[in-house]
Amino acid sequence: MTSKQKKIVSLAASFALIAGTLPAAGAMHIMEGYLSPRWCAIWGVLALPFLIAGFFSIKKTLTRDRKAITLLAMAGAFIFVISSLKIPSVTGSCSHMTGTGLGALLFGPSAVSILGVIVLLFQAIMLAHGGLTTLGANTFSMAIAGPFVSFGIYKLLQKLKVNKMVSVFAAATLGDLFTYCVTSLQLAVAYPSPDGGVAVSAAKFLGVFAPTQLPLAIVEGILTVVIMIALESYARPELRSLGFEEV
Amino acid sequence: MTKKNKTTVIILLLLCAVLIVAPVFALRGAEFGGSDGAGSEMVAEVTGTEYEPWFTPVFEQMFGAELPGELESLLFCVQTGIGVGVIAFLLGRFVERKKIENETAGTSKKVSHSHT
Repeated sequence: MTSKQKKIVSLAASFALIAGTLPAAGAMHIMEGYLSPRWCAIWGVLALPFLIAGFFSIKKTLTRDRKAITLLAMAGAFIFVISSLKIPSVTGSCSHMTGTGLGALLFGPSAVSILGVIVLLFQAIMLAHGGLTTLGANTFSMAIAGPFVSFGIYKLLQKLKVNKMVSVFAAATLGDLFTYCVTSLQLAVAYPSPDGGVAVSAAKFLGVFAPTQLPLAIVEGILTVVIMIALESYARPELRSLGFEEV
Repeated sequence: MTKKNKTTVIILLLLCAVLIVAPVFALRGAEFGGSDGAGSEMVAEVTGTEYEPWFTPVFEQMFGAELPGELESLLFCVQTGIGVGVIAFLLGRFVERKKIENETAGTSKKVSHSHT
């Protein structure tokens, strides 16, 4: 083995070592059993009407245009991919993105609640990530609150005649961030600080989640723009029939 | 896809890679644990007592122990795989469809041209 080859091998080995020792981390939904039954029920009940509305919204979209199912599948798959990747962040801990922005822009926020709850169920049952008891709370933050913010911001920016891709970016990024703000609040109302109450503990939870999530939210915004460029290039007919693409 | 869009996509993807990789290099030796771990520590800090979850994940109940790390990463990969598979399949169909559309548009133009 020449010394150059040796160098390459040892470099590869050290990379492998680093990759191998980076711990596989849990991430960022509220964990199983971490909310008292009362809060589980409250968030579940709050999430329910959105899920029902989402079900009808999807049904309506699909009866109007059966072909929309391809984009619906894609939006769902996007959430699957994006929310399965745990990404290192500037605070030295890992978190993952939500991926719900794309679906919210294409199908409206309530439709995404259904896609989101499928992913959350998958993760809660298969991955012990999030949880069945906290499903309501996690659905509310990731599949309802985030998408509604994304949708609202997109509509607002479009009204203000902001560049389309910039609007998509802002919508996906802020929707992702808002999801984690809601998670912080959910934890805060469940665990008010003994000296200072909900506000103090909300600040504490936000202090953990927000800085970690900020770069990831930006990555999510960028990825949503990338997939939107791909769709605009290759799936114009579908986008048009959804009313996303004005002719 | 236009050339301009292609460049934009490549630049954006590179930017993502930088955003993700930079913290790993900037914070050598950081733990990169999950932020829900940090969240539960914070729960303990706020309430002053270690919180005992009242419900354990279904898989853990079945195994009687926490899911081994390797299996967990396998299941996460399955999730990613399902998603990527669906996206790649559908996007591939869209791309081919566009190609065929362009080709038939090209030939029909030629045909109509020869008629006139």
